[in-house]
Amino acid sequence: MLLDGKVALVTGASRGIGRAIAVRLASEGAKVAINYAGNTAKAEEVKAEIEKNGGEAILVQADISSAEAVDAMIEKVTEAFGQIDILVNNAGITRDGLLMRMKDEDFEAVINTNLKGVFYCTKAVSKLMMKKRSGRIVNMASVVGLMGNAGQANYAAAKAGVIGFSKSAAKELAARGINVNVVAPGFIATDMTAAMTDKAKEATLAGIPLKRMGQPEDVANAVLFLVSDYASYITGQIVNVDGGMVM
Amino acid sequence: MSTFEKVRDIVVEQLGVEADEVALESTFIDDLGADSLDIVELIMAFEEEFNIEIPDEAAEKIKSVQDVVSYIDQNK
Repeated sequence: MLLDGKVALVTGASRGIGRAIAVRLASEGAKVAINYAGNTAKAEEVKAEIEKNGGEAILVQADISSAEAVDAMIEKVTEAFGQIDILVNNAGITRDGLLMRMKDEDFEAVINTNLKGVFYCTKAVSKLMMKKRSGRIVNMASVVGLMGNAGQANYAAAKAGVIGFSKSAAKELAARGINVNVVAPGFIATDMTAAMTDKAKEATLAGIPLKRMGQPEDVANAVLFLVSDYASYITGQIVNVDGGMVM
Repeated sequence: MSTFEKVRDIVVEQLGVEADEVALESTFIDDLGADSLDIVELIMAFEEEFNIEIPDEAAEKIKSVQDVVSYIDQNK
């Protein structure tokens, strides 16, 4: 299998895209640490699914917007699995609203989880990877971070931030055998997009050449490729998984 | 082992230089060929080996093997 003997930490893995990534990486032999913020029942389901398929997984609860919580989480993972070879920074939240009406706390909450959380996790894990002289980091951005989106100034800012952050990390860590890449999903069928109105969904679909929504598994497959040996010469790149929405 | 010898061993391991190239007066960047990331890793390794915290302000002042040995001897 592609990831035999590897340990992967996936943040925000209790549902949606994170869940699909955790399950996919486990299906290729990786031991997976499933991070989640609050929904223990959902996280347990992911663990059960991985174990049912013969994989190995643990749950690590942590609010990644807290540096202390992240450090404690990393310690728990290394205690259980001894190492971390793959980090997928997937956890993210939305607090949508038009700019004129966006509250300070809505902006901050999104930046703290979606951008600072990536910083905390990457910093803590890259320390371990630097010592091993190898590692793979995939950060989830969004096409919204590339093209903007009305009502998502906070989310777009955070995701654009993740892209700049990832390119800088890729340059800093390349000399230590650590590849950092970005996956930018487009319109994917998850709870996050289920909240959209039918009209908004129709309008979005009209702008997608492949004329359909993506599935979380489509994104998970791109992540799997980037963390596998097949992608060892790829770093600092953005892979859009968006049906051609942004070219 | 003296502090210098322990520091020398870590430098040899981290930077892949020969032990006899590492003297007290050796500077990490100019004499031992370290880059900025190597320095960060060295600091982390010293912290681990000697069980101390080297704050950023102190780390910035560390240029040579002597700087490290002095800092460790004063703070351990």
